[in-house]
Amino acid sequence: MGEPIRSIIVLAAIFVGVLATAAGLIWLERRLLGLWQDRYGPNRAGPFGSLQVVADMIKIFTKEDWIPPFADKPVFIIAPSIIVVTTILSFAIIPFGPGIQIANLNIGLLFFLAMSSLSVYSVALAGWASDNKYSLLGGLRAAAQMLGYEVFMGLSLTGVIILAGSFNLSDIVNAQRKMWFFIPQFPGFLIFLIAGLAETRRIPFDLPEAENELVAGYHTEYSGMKFGMFFVGEYMGVTLISALIATLFFGGWMGPLLPPPLWMIIKTFVFICFFILIRATLPRLRYDQLISFGWKLMLPLALLNIVVTGAVAIAIN
Amino acid sequence: MNGVFYLSAIIGILATLMVVTRLNAVHALLYLIVSFFSVAVIFFVLGAPFVAALEIIIYAGAIMVLFVFVIMMLNLGSKSTKQEGVLLQPRSWLGPSVLSGILILEIIYLMAYSGSSPISSPAEIAPKQIGMALFGPYAIGVELASMLLLAGLVGAYHIGSRRLLDSSSKRGDKE
Repeated sequence: MGEPIRSIIVLAAIFVGVLATAAGLIWLERRLLGLWQDRYGPNRAGPFGSLQVVADMIKIFTKEDWIPPFADKPVFIIAPSIIVVTTILSFAIIPFGPGIQIANLNIGLLFFLAMSSLSVYSVALAGWASDNKYSLLGGLRAAAQMLGYEVFMGLSLTGVIILAGSFNLSDIVNAQRKMWFFIPQFPGFLIFLIAGLAETRRIPFDLPEAENELVAGYHTEYSGMKFGMFFVGEYMGVTLISALIATLFFGGWMGPLLPPPLWMIIKTFVFICFFILIRATLPRLRYDQLISFGWKLMLPLALLNIVVTGAVAIAIN
Repeated sequence: MNGVFYLSAIIGILATLMVVTRLNAVHALLYLIVSFFSVAVIFFVLGAPFVAALEIIIYAGAIMVLFVFVIMMLNLGSKSTKQEGVLLQPRSWLGPSVLSGILILEIIYLMAYSGSSPISSPAEIAPKQIGMALFGPYAIGVELASMLLLAGLVGAYHIGSRRLLDSSSKRGDKE
C-alpha cells in the first residue's frame, strides 16, 4: 500500500519541482544577466522583482493566441507541445536521491537520448508549419544543428557508460562513490556541456532564433501560451541538461552532511547559473562556424575520448 | 502485457495506413514517426528495451528528421498536395491492395494454425547481451555494415566537394 503512494508523491514532487524551476528561471536568468552585465534587470514587482514571474505568466496567458491563416493548423498546434512533453519525460530517469526516481530504467541514458532526438521535431515542425521564410530558415537551422550536435552528445557519454558499465543512471551515480566522473572523463564532460548548450539552443548556439537575421526564427508566428511553451521548454531543457551533468559527472545526489535531494538541487543550480553566465558572456557564432565546429572538432574529440577511455578500461581490467 | 501489444499494434497499422493515404508529404512523415513509436513499444513489450530505444533514436530521431529536413527544404506547399490528389486515384489502389490482401490472409492462416502466441518469451534482454552478440558471433555483420556506411559517407563527401569545386572554378572564370 505504501509503495504506490510513495511513487505518486515522488512523481508529483519532481513534476511540480521541474515546472516551478522552469518558471523561476524566467526571473533568475534576467536578474543574473543584469548582475553580470552591470545593469538592474527586473526589480520592480515584489521583493527583488521576484513577482516578475507571476506578471509574465498573467501576460502570456491573457495574450491573444493567434494562428496565422496560411499556417498548417494541426502541425502548428502540436509543435510547441512536443518540446515540453519530451523534456518532462526525460526527467523520469534522473535520480534525485537513493530511490527517489520516477523510472529506474535499465536503458536510462538511451531514453534520454531518444527524447532529446525527438525534441528536434518541435522546432523543425514549428518552422515548417508557420509557412514563413524566416521561420522555415530557423527550423532548417535548428534541425541541422541539433542533428549534428546530438551525434557527439551520445558519443561523449560513452566514456561514462564504459566506466560505470551501465546505462542505468542509479548505477552511474553509485559508480562515482570513489571519484566523480568529471576527473577521469574531463573531455567527455566538456563535450557534453557544449552539446547540451547546442541542444537547448542557447547563446552562443541560438542561431535558429537569431533575432538580427531571422526576426525570431522558428517561433516568429507564435504568440500567447504557444510561444510560452517554447519559452518554458527552453528553460526545462537547461534544467534537464544541468541535472544530467550533475548526475553523470559530479556524483549526482552524493555529498556530505546535507540530505541527498538537496545536494542534487544545489549541483543542478550551479550548472544552471553557469549556463546563464555563458549567455551573459559569449557572442553568437556564425552558422558555418557552428556546423564545422561540431563536425570537424567535437566529433573527432568525442571519438578519441572513447578510444582512450576504452583502452584504459581494458588495461586496468 | 498482451493488451499493450495489441493496442500498439493497432496504432501501428492505423498510422501506417495514414502514411500511405496522406496527400501532404510532411503529414505522411509524421504518421510514419507514430508508426515507429508503436513498433518501439512492441519491441519493449517483447523484452527488447535496447532495440526499442534504438528504434526511436535512430529511425524516429535521426533518419526521419533528415526526411523532414529534405521535405522542408523542397517547400512543396498546396500545389503538390493537389498533384498527389490527382495521382492517388482509386484505380491505382486496386493492384497493391489485392497483393497485400493475399499476404495478410497468409499471415492470418499461419497464426491461426501454428498455435504459437505472438508473445512467447517476454524475458528482458539487457544491452550487455546485445553487445556481446554483436561483437561476438555477428562481428562480420557489424564490420560489413560499417564498411557500407563508410562507402556512403565517402560518396556523399565526393559529390558534395565536386559541386564546391565546380562553383568556385566558375566564379574564377567570371573574374
